[in-house]
Amino acid sequence: MKYLSEYRNLEATKKYLDLIAKTATKTWNIMEICGGQTHGLVKNGIINLLPENVRMIHGPGCPVCVTPLNLIDKAIELLENGVIVCSFGDMVRVPGSKKSLLEAKANGGDLRILYSPLEAVNIAKQNPDKEVVFFAVGFETTAPANALSVLHAKKENVSNYSILVSHVLVPPAMEGILDDELCTIDAFLGAGHVCAIMGTEEYYPLVDKYKIPIVITGFEPLDLVQGIYMAIVQLEKGEYKLENQYSRVVKEEGNVAAKKMMESVFEIADREWRGIGTIPESGYRLKKEFLAYDAETKFGISSIATPENSTCIAGQILKGIKKPHQCTQFGKACTPANPLGAPMVSSEGACAAYYHFSNNLITS
Amino acid sequence: MSRNDLGFDTINLGHGSGGLMTRDLLDHIIFETFNNPYLNQKHDGSIITVDGELAISTDSFVVSPIFFKGGNIGELAVNGTVNDVAMCGADPKFLSLAFVVEEGLPMEDFVKIVDSIKKAADTAGVQIITGDTKVVERGKGDKIFINTTGFGKVHPKANISSNKIKSGDKIIISGPVAQHGMAIMSQRDGLEFESTIESDTTNLNFLVKDLLDVFGAKIHLFRDPTRGGVASVLSELADDTNLGIKLQETEIPLDDQVAAACEILGLDPLFVANEGIFITVVGAEIADEVVKLMKKHEKSPRASCIGEFTSEHPKKVVMHSVIGGKRMVTPLLGEQLPRIC
Repeated sequence: MKYLSEYRNLEATKKYLDLIAKTATKTWNIMEICGGQTHGLVKNGIINLLPENVRMIHGPGCPVCVTPLNLIDKAIELLENGVIVCSFGDMVRVPGSKKSLLEAKANGGDLRILYSPLEAVNIAKQNPDKEVVFFAVGFETTAPANALSVLHAKKENVSNYSILVSHVLVPPAMEGILDDELCTIDAFLGAGHVCAIMGTEEYYPLVDKYKIPIVITGFEPLDLVQGIYMAIVQLEKGEYKLENQYSRVVKEEGNVAAKKMMESVFEIADREWRGIGTIPESGYRLKKEFLAYDAETKFGISSIATPENSTCIAGQILKGIKKPHQCTQFGKACTPANPLGAPMVSSEGACAAYYHFSNNLITS
Repeated sequence: MSRNDLGFDTINLGHGSGGLMTRDLLDHIIFETFNNPYLNQKHDGSIITVDGELAISTDSFVVSPIFFKGGNIGELAVNGTVNDVAMCGADPKFLSLAFVVEEGLPMEDFVKIVDSIKKAADTAGVQIITGDTKVVERGKGDKIFINTTGFGKVHPKANISSNKIKSGDKIIISGPVAQHGMAIMSQRDGLEFESTIESDTTNLNFLVKDLLDVFGAKIHLFRDPTRGGVASVLSELADDTNLGIKLQETEIPLDDQVAAACEILGLDPLFVANEGIFITVVGAEIADEVVKLMKKHEKSPRASCIGEFTSEHPKKVVMHSVIGGKRMVTPLLGEQLPRIC
């Protein structure tokens, strides 16, 4: 199976777009949770192919976007104090309150862009006289590898390695969005890759409590239009259930080994979401027995207060209350080169995705 | 004394001092390798005779790693500047060559790079006619930087200018995109992944000359989408011409392995650097013939017409996606960074 070409098939995608147009008789607001899905919708021009009454609302599932500003400042502080900071690529351009990690690197900081946190453990081994910190951001998708790096460091007695944890979880965020009194969301496209790790179990209670359809969906054009169609069929019938469009990847039980690994290293904690605020029990922190690998504890940097730009409406964007182009700053004071808030930063953020791929098509 | 027996395993500060060590390095490596009547004068510069219009282009090469799949910084420095001169509709004949070497570079690597430069220059039909070698202290450079400046006579039939582009003109690309950038990316520290993707670095001057011989002034523009990729070049052109561009995603040549690597790293192939392809803008009436000729040429068997200029949506590049949707293509902002997921 050619996963790249077959799920980008013109005829098959058109078939679902036609079905969506025929089936949707009312106006439906559907939120795709994951930034990767937002990226896919906008990059392939799917939003403009949907009928007017099917509205996609872009959710908070972009790890770069929801990582709190003060955590970026903490990573920069570490970098400026001679620590080797390792990070995923798109985190490094995000401006902190004064500068980005990339700017701190230009000033002499030793910043490494990596794909795997295990590589950071290797860097720690190769630099025994230096401290090495991995900036552990992301959802349930990146948490297993980050947990593995801690287990690996412990096993190999690498004591100069630690992680700056900013792990957040999807279901509490969905609940936070649904609890907002301005929420207009009728259905969710569940985040396919998150469910590949976590399985489907934790979404049933949400479906029941909020009586809302959730369709776990993939990222290719055909996945997205099929997921949207499945949600609309439920909505039109007045049903609400959990469905799995992405069954070629997502299994009911998820990835059991990855879950075990996360559970052994992390425990549930309250977490601050950039643009949204603190959501109870919405993220991970390291368990007590692993605090030696917790950068905030190790370096005593747990209290940096960092205010957000007051004109930014990121919270309303991330909750789907407003669309990026409805912001007065969008494309003017706020651009990817000079982002005022989180969703303009990463290409998966709703504002940046609109700016890069469709802003002029939509606003003109 | 042979070129491999200068008595040093590495380049050191003395090789840039201007004294005997510099002379040894020049005599036994540079002059011996490039051996031509211009360099053999051993003067501060060279004198060339020119009649007609002359195109000049300069470029500095700082790529890391300096050796990569499909090439090294040396041939890149030749091909990059040769192609820039060719993009002016000119026939490159001469190159200057300046090195900034960080002390400690293995002599073997330096010789390997010089040999690649010689080979690439011969292949492209250009001569190295003047140059410079500086050595900087360890930590003040990154192994080796190279600057080349190219000179070439403008083709008598050429009339290359973005001013000539009009609505309806076709955009043709000479080969698959993103090869060079992904070859480099696959070998960067921390991002290594196994692939057989090779840089596409090559000289394009003969292909340009063949096209100008046949189509002359009906070819409105050549541009090589190096750093910033195809997206950046097209955004610039839309801006400069005050016209819009319609692109067809299905027509953009892209190797499966490069496409897969871009997917994994979360990179858009349209933003990734190229070193061995160009974009040409031609009148609609000759587009099919241009593609036909290019497909027969060894440098461009996968040439493809990828879009056209339009008076609709001025200054905007709009991609018609594989599944029939539309999206804006914007220029690259800063360095392209891999996405988290």
